Amino acid sequence: MQVRKFNWALWAGFLLSLGAFLSYFFVFVWFPSTRDFPWANLLLFVLAIVLLVLGLRRGFSSERSHRLRSKIVSSIVTILGVLVCAFFIFVVFVSGRWLPSSHGAPQVGQKAPEFSLSDKNDKSVSLAELLATPINGKAPRGVLLVFYRGYW
Amino acid sequence: MAISVDSTQTNRDFTQKAGYTFTFLSDPNTEAIKRYDLVHQGQGENGHDIARPAEFLVDSTGTVRWVNLTENYWVRARPEQILEVAKTLPN
Repeated sequence: MQVRKFNWALWAGFLLSLGAFLSYFFVFVWFPSTRDFPWANLLLFVLAIVLLVLGLRRGFSSERSHRLRSKIVSSIVTILGVLVCAFFIFVVFVSGRWLPSSHGAPQVGQKAPEFSLSDKNDKSVSLAELLATPINGKAPRGVLLVFYRGYW
Repeated sequence: MAISVDSTQTNRDFTQKAGYTFTFLSDPNTEAIKRYDLVHQGQGENGHDIARPAEFLVDSTGTVRWVNLTENYWVRARPEQILEVAKTLPN
């Protein structure tokens, strides 16, 4: 009778693919050098897929007991791991680009449209005021406007 | 200076937690966001409109000197990039 051995490469590959996915949103997104292009995560996915392929080969080897079950499990786990990788690529490279074109946004050389909005203390603040309010006793040389999605 | 659809209360809590001292403005009705053509329709909670990410450097005369309209949500302007442009602003 053959000894059933744990297909560690398969499961390590699967766990690594999950780690490669989650680590972008929890770790690498905080550093511009790993966020703008997710090379660290893609590298982890390459390792994960290598492990999954090794695990798949092992699952299909004739030396295994429960040969049919081994084939089915290793196939499913490999497909899931590859799907995680595909979903990551979709989120970062495809859905991340679903932004409006904003052709009417002010361009370099144009006047920045005036606005007046409430600050965190419910005080109304306009762009003209921001440009005129001294910082450290000096008139500001400019203002950086950062529009962001919100829901923080 | 930062603008989003977040409420003044959210901005109060958030700036305190994060320790940010620069100005955070609330634009719940997307007034300024519309004026800058940055509305991202239906992307907020309950299908509310929000702003797409964008940065503008405005000089003291109110003229836009630099714009960054990212094409990918995950790619943003870096601080050193903005500081480099800010150096070129006239006094």
